[in-house]
Amino acid sequence: MEKHNNSEGKFVPYLLIGISVLFFLVMLVFPLAEVIYRSLKDGIEVYKSALAASNTLSALWVTLIATVIALVVNTFFGLCASWLLTKFEFRGKQVLSTLIDIPFSISPVIAGLAFIMTFGRVGWAKPIIDWFNGVFGTDISFVFSVPGVVLATIFVTFPFVSRELLPVMQAQGSAEEEAAAMMGARGFVIFRRVTFPHIKWALLYGMILCAARAFGEFGAVYAVSKARGKTFTLPLEIDALYMAGSSDSITQAFAVSSLLVLMAIIMLVLKQIVEYRGKVMEE
Amino acid sequence: MSRKARKGKSVLPGFGLTMGITVAMLSVLVLIPLASVLVYAFHMSWKEFLELMMRPNVRQAFVTSVSCAFVAAVLNCVFGLVLAWVLVRYEFPGKRLMDGMIELPFALPTAVAGITLSKMYSDEGILGRLLGYIGIKASYTKTGLTIALVFIGIPFVVRALQPVLEKLPGTYEEASTMLGASRSYTFRRVILPELMPALLTGFGLALARGIGEYGSVIYISGNSAKEGTQVVSYIIMQKLNSGNVDYEGAAAIALVLLLVSFFLLFLINMIQIAAGRRTKQ
Repeated sequence: MEKHNNSEGKFVPYLLIGISVLFFLVMLVFPLAEVIYRSLKDGIEVYKSALAASNTLSALWVTLIATVIALVVNTFFGLCASWLLTKFEFRGKQVLSTLIDIPFSISPVIAGLAFIMTFGRVGWAKPIIDWFNGVFGTDISFVFSVPGVVLATIFVTFPFVSRELLPVMQAQGSAEEEAAAMMGARGFVIFRRVTFPHIKWALLYGMILCAARAFGEFGAVYAVSKARGKTFTLPLEIDALYMAGSSDSITQAFAVSSLLVLMAIIMLVLKQIVEYRGKVMEE
Repeated sequence: MSRKARKGKSVLPGFGLTMGITVAMLSVLVLIPLASVLVYAFHMSWKEFLELMMRPNVRQAFVTSVSCAFVAAVLNCVFGLVLAWVLVRYEFPGKRLMDGMIELPFALPTAVAGITLSKMYSDEGILGRLLGYIGIKASYTKTGLTIALVFIGIPFVVRALQPVLEKLPGTYEEASTMLGASRSYTFRRVILPELMPALLTGFGLALARGIGEYGSVIYISGNSAKEGTQVVSYIIMQKLNSGNVDYEGAAAIALVLLLVSFFLLFLINMIQIAAGRRTKQ
């Protein structure tokens, strides 16, 4: 790396590193420190009681359900879609891959709105669900309920796994799979024995990004979840505590936030490990 | 692998199955719900639609969302370029930590980022007081809103640039330097054009995210119609939450927001294609 520094003197690298470190501290490190400071401001007892509150526990539970289901659904989808898009040539392939990426570029609030317009009081699918509930005696509802929260979470994280898999599978080509198929291997065996070893780190990476976004989603879930203590996720519980406005409840909001900060840091560490292992394997 | 082998009937199994699953899941989970918004938005007559879009708070929200997201994306390009450059080219203690933490805004829930930034930049917060000394008020202004969007958008630019910078061959720069070009000239004329497509990708992603952002901006912006700090996502949410729910209005504004986002992404794609053509010549 030394050779790059020759012609620009000593000043420029120090200046650039200085700007980066300053930006890094102010924009990324300070906020984390702020969460910890504010959550512990009133002592450890307040902190503990905020985490043990029944609303927090319920929110944690809903968050975990939504994250796990979104993870399973989107991993399954990601594998199917990337197999389809990298192993075959067909018309409309480009269109399909663009459509899959839609959730990336639209407001999460619109995602929540989409489910209200489909399954809500005014939604066209409402009569179908009412009919189903009437016939089978069930009480299913897709908005303002946990299933609604799950759907909204799936929507916003939809392309995360496929997006990480596509470039890796594209670069890998299909020669190995074709050879295996010629020799008579069955579809799933080909995937498990030939494809999977190549993509497992990319798959894990995509799953980590998916999980990180899923447990932190706010806008989309906010639109379809109204019952605190029942359908609220952790971010919604934080919002409710913060908006309550008293100094106590704001401290509680930061205490619950510290839980999500911890989860975010775990995700970043996992991501770092997976990235490192993936690189080692490539070499 | 030959193109021919793939164009014909592939020997690989699973085309029908994966096609079925992909299209079915995409339709049920994404496309049909989104289409419902479109259908619903068309319940309005043209006159009602125009009247809604011309309302001062709606118009103001679009201006605020797009302009703040644009400024934030530009700032992200500047800082993202510096960060990516430093992370790829220099060695210094703490570099790996910094590299790992760049993606914190992706992993940190937006609501947490929102309330934290809001407190930090408020009048009693540490950065709010610092900025107060030089006469800048951040919380509950567009400045604060833009800061939140810079926070949300920075990883998009850094992550788009890093792999390109890593692969950039040193030979171009050496050639340019040996031919007597100054460092800044080399950067502007040799390195920057190579980075342009990736920079535009990062810009586009940060912009698209910024225009639709909700969780991280609503606390710091203050959502005041008078100050012009309401964003479009907030207006949509307000129509879903307030006493008299206005689904049609929400759908119509969402539709316009979708169109604005797609138009900007399309525009960036076009610029990218044009830029790609120029470098290839």
